[in-house]
Amino acid sequence: MTDLDSFRSETRAWLEANCPPEMREPLRDDDDVVWGGRNATYKHPAQKSWLDAMASRGWTVPDWPAEYGGGGLSPGETKVLREEMARIAARNPLNSFGISMLGPALLKYGTEEQKLEHLPPIARGEIRWCQGYSEPNAGSDLAALATRADDAGDHFVINGQKVWTSYADKADWIFCLVRTDFTTKQGGISFLLFDMASPGVSTKPILLISGYSPFCETFFDDVRVPKKNLVGEINKGWDVAKYLLGHEREMISGMGLREGGGRTLGQAAADRLGTDDKGRLDAPVLRSEIALFEVRAQAFRAMSERFIDELKHGRAHPAQPSMMKYYGTELNKARHELAMSAGGSELLEWESEETSGGAPARAWLRTKANSIEGGTSEVQLNIVAKRILDLPSN
Amino acid sequence: MPLFLSEEQTMLRDAARDFVGEQAPVSHLRSLRDADDPTGFSRDLWRSFGEMGFNGILIPEDQGGLGLGAVAAGVVLEEVGRNLTPSPFLPTAIGAVTALNGGAAAHRERWFPAILSGEAVAALAIDEGPKHQPERTAMRAERSGNGFRLTGAKQFVAGGHVADLLIVAARTAGAPGEEDGITLFAVEKDAANLHADPRRLADSSLAARLRFDGVEVDADAVIGEVDGGAATLRRMLGHVRAGASSELLGVGGGAMDMTVSYLKERKQFGVRIGAFQALQHRAAHLYSEMEVARAATLKAQQMLDAGDAKADAAVSIAKAMTGMATTLAVQEGVQMHGGIGMTDEYDIGFYMKRARVLAEAFGDVGYHADRLAEGAGY
Repeated sequence: MTDLDSFRSETRAWLEANCPPEMREPLRDDDDVVWGGRNATYKHPAQKSWLDAMASRGWTVPDWPAEYGGGGLSPGETKVLREEMARIAARNPLNSFGISMLGPALLKYGTEEQKLEHLPPIARGEIRWCQGYSEPNAGSDLAALATRADDAGDHFVINGQKVWTSYADKADWIFCLVRTDFTTKQGGISFLLFDMASPGVSTKPILLISGYSPFCETFFDDVRVPKKNLVGEINKGWDVAKYLLGHEREMISGMGLREGGGRTLGQAAADRLGTDDKGRLDAPVLRSEIALFEVRAQAFRAMSERFIDELKHGRAHPAQPSMMKYYGTELNKARHELAMSAGGSELLEWESEETSGGAPARAWLRTKANSIEGGTSEVQLNIVAKRILDLPSN
Repeated sequence: MPLFLSEEQTMLRDAARDFVGEQAPVSHLRSLRDADDPTGFSRDLWRSFGEMGFNGILIPEDQGGLGLGAVAAGVVLEEVGRNLTPSPFLPTAIGAVTALNGGAAAHRERWFPAILSGEAVAALAIDEGPKHQPERTAMRAERSGNGFRLTGAKQFVAGGHVADLLIVAARTAGAPGEEDGITLFAVEKDAANLHADPRRLADSSLAARLRFDGVEVDADAVIGEVDGGAATLRRMLGHVRAGASSELLGVGGGAMDMTVSYLKERKQFGVRIGAFQALQHRAAHLYSEMEVARAATLKAQQMLDAGDAKADAAVSIAKAMTGMATTLAVQEGVQMHGGIGMTDEYDIGFYMKRARVLAEAFGDVGYHADRLAEGAGY
């Protein structure tokens, strides 16, 4: 038996003993997702016990070093853990921008003090982070951002506005891009961390077409931030920002992998619309569309596996997350379009009990942001064209 | 196992890339086509494949082969695809060898040495209509004396007019549409009452229509079990479809590389056309589709090699995905080349024609997508 085999059998036994049955059920709505944080809410006690069990082994962040709250697992062990979790359909114990975005950036650019201060609370789900990137006049052209940080001796003073800040109203801390030099563009950006409870921070949720408000406007009015919270060098924040964006895109691309409710799209459609005498979905054109979608979705699943393997072994092209983000988000939008078609008029109900308050329709609308947030599909294609295909700029 | 090529597989790829690229680039296909070559491929090149060891890629080591698997076979086939090399490699070294690996030792002793040396060529007689539907095999094989008498017709049999060995699916029981009752036969060249009618296809390859007017074969021509050929057929088709997926990847990748190079050279309006965002986005989208298809193919091949129970579905995903991605690659290739893409003198059109044939072979996008849907219960 190889080391990985014995790791697999130990992991399987541990998961079997520690993953509560409720945490093996498919996610039904947004409340089933655990985000952690100072004001964390748990719809079910099993969510908390599953988070604590995984965090106790560092398995909310299996490949982070143990001294920062991680599991210290090798790439091979991490893959085995994910496979074993998938085998029993275990839910992700903790969804967190700290894990998927800030953590990797701190591991690469943070000081030892910053890592020790911030990473373990992320791993345990104690601090929930939000991302201060986009501004009203800095969307696809992110480096045009104008939120300013003025040097005031041992601290900076922040003034300005962010927009599309996901869950800013629920987050404890923010990682934020600020301008520390107005004479250059990318070269005048710095990367700061600060507490959302600091005086001068306010948030205002934005009502979206889905009827939900996952995004906020975030305002900074003379917010004081200690200089020790600068990540990387002053005016070198763009490097950190881009590195983090790669991880954000990787996370968003994962949406292309989602499956709703344990049943595949085709099976769910057959449940609702019925089958013909050969057991085929009784809506032939929709069946074809779903089948072709499934080919792409399953192929993309393999692509994600390959991408993660290449990443862990240091073989991935640095711009590959852009391709993944582009493909994964377009797939996710297509998935929800098909799910709405399969639901017919019944899924159009916006407030009914049967639809849990229009959850499918609202989720469908939410996916339309997937190809906008974290860099639009068009921006990703620009990046692939220039950095991978090496196409000319003139 | 990580989802990328191992060091050994990368070395094999480099060897295959150098060898096929030097010995049989697209100009090789062009000269065979221009000469209206009646064989459809070069026998010298086939012997060179043998010398390189490629022909034994799926033949066990104790029988003189390399004893490798579907991933290794795919590595070679991708280079065959990239160079549009006419070769009996897929039906012979992948198809026939996989079938014979599931049958009696006598067949292997009879055929493996000649396949290894590049003397023997095999062809796969599966399709009976314009679309690949092996489940609906109707060709009859009736008991006759010590063996069977085969009656029926096959088509789209690549290299069927020159093959020394035909792997034939026929029905010894059951009705078309049923899995049980299919039997696989190893039929030798020059069998009496077997008529081969080679047809030149759009990609300049030769595929035969075969007529079996009561072809008598001995009982030991059966590969595997009588009535129970479906399992061997499925295994063979799994490897052949995975191999065809790799060949498609090579065709699509070759077309994409040509096209991206062209975008960097061709000037209009005073700039290289690759600077236009309209073309950049299309090229980047194509790259994405090809990468996803590549991952799906390698995944299916790793699963075949691991004996994974879900490998069959993974192969269908790979064949459908490579069919879609490569079709896009050749279409975009011709369009982005503009007028010269339509000329016979330029190679991109050869890619389009080869892609069409390979996408149809062993099940097109629709066949495999339908198969997946059926398997998933909708």
